[in-house]
Amino acid sequence: MAAAGQEQTVSDYIVHHLTNLTYGKLPEGFERYDGEAVAAGGQWTFAHGADEIAAMGFNAIHVDSLGWSIGLGIIFCALFRWVAVRASAETPSGLINFIEMIVEFIDNQVKDTFHGNNKLIAPLSLTIFVWVFLMNLMDLIPVDVVPELMMLVGVEYQKIVPSTDPNITMGMAIGVFVLMLFYSIKVKGFGFVKELTMNPFNHWAFIPVNLFMEVVGLLAKPFSLGLRLFGNMYAGEMIFILIAALFSAGIVWLVPAAFLQIGWAIFHILVITLQAFIFMVLTIVYLSMAHEDH
Amino acid sequence: MNINLTIIGQILAFIAFVAFCMRYVWPPILAAMEERQQKIANGLAAADRASHDLELAQKEAVDRLSEAKKEAASIVEAANKRAATVVDEAKVAAVAEANRVKELASAEVEREKAQAKEQLLTQVSTLAIAGAEKVLAAEIDADKHAALLERLVKEQ
Repeated sequence: MAAAGQEQTVSDYIVHHLTNLTYGKLPEGFERYDGEAVAAGGQWTFAHGADEIAAMGFNAIHVDSLGWSIGLGIIFCALFRWVAVRASAETPSGLINFIEMIVEFIDNQVKDTFHGNNKLIAPLSLTIFVWVFLMNLMDLIPVDVVPELMMLVGVEYQKIVPSTDPNITMGMAIGVFVLMLFYSIKVKGFGFVKELTMNPFNHWAFIPVNLFMEVVGLLAKPFSLGLRLFGNMYAGEMIFILIAALFSAGIVWLVPAAFLQIGWAIFHILVITLQAFIFMVLTIVYLSMAHEDH
Repeated sequence: MNINLTIIGQILAFIAFVAFCMRYVWPPILAAMEERQQKIANGLAAADRASHDLELAQKEAVDRLSEAKKEAASIVEAANKRAATVVDEAKVAAVAEANRVKELASAEVEREKAQAKEQLLTQVSTLAIAGAEKVLAAEIDADKHAALLERLVKEQ
């Protein structure tokens, strides 16, 4: 799976599967994999190997994660827009029925948890649920299929499950976090400051302690949101990769590996749905808390 | 775990998709669903109303039917009564007619009897005169005594 002629170890295989297709800026003077030094002013290019990715630092984009993420987002928008245009008070059928079922499910979830009047929460929840579900769903495609196909057309790395990339999950979590801060300030105004400083000990002497605890609690929310999804999906992907590696361990392992593959995939159908659901529900809960005025 | 520009890209994509969903996806689907809910609720209400109406109509039909029966019975009764009166009237009229005819007939009989009597008297007197003529022969002049006999008939 690496370059032809080289003996590939299992750890190479795993590392290869866990490396993103990265497009970024190499710093000036960096010695590339082929021995060439990067010219003055740096160079934007596709990274080759972990060293180059590390050298790029923040100035890099995971083309595969972001590409699949946006692609799946577009599929979501197109599908739901297609239904939205056709939805009417007449008897629904087929796909429209299915989409409406999802929409109704989300609507009920939002109504159960969020009691304010906010036109953003429900569509936000729908987007999160379906989008995250689609991103997680990529996990069920056998791990080698897309990377191998991409290598045939000359693309070196390909990680097709966007939610195994912390950038993707934390990006969404930060988006939710910004909304939390926005609505906290919008709804509570000065009460938000009071909530941060006068809780849980309602005395001025405890303000620093309160502030520390509340800020940690507040910051823990987006981190728990983003890292939970990332952790679960990364671990699931890792196990898929390990099972795939088991296939190459010899003919004896073929049948057990196949059973493991099927079993883990079936279990994962539950996991991906559950993780998408948890991300959505926590988003609603956090935003609902941001709207609650004490 | 490399945090890099991808996170910014994802945030922007997130905002874009949520905005799209909020503007072009959620409202039409929910509006359609609510409209359908309203339609179904209306339909159910209409069905309820219709069955209620049906019940009322059935009750009214039963009422009307019994009323009509009652009316028919009273009409038949009235007709019977009327028939009885007509028969009675006809009877009375027939009796009256019969009486009248009888009276008329008896008057005629009376009249004819009187006439016959008068005729008979005339014949008797004529016969008497003829007898007397024969008895008295030439002494009695028919023309002289005719007036006398006439007066005699009148006195009878």
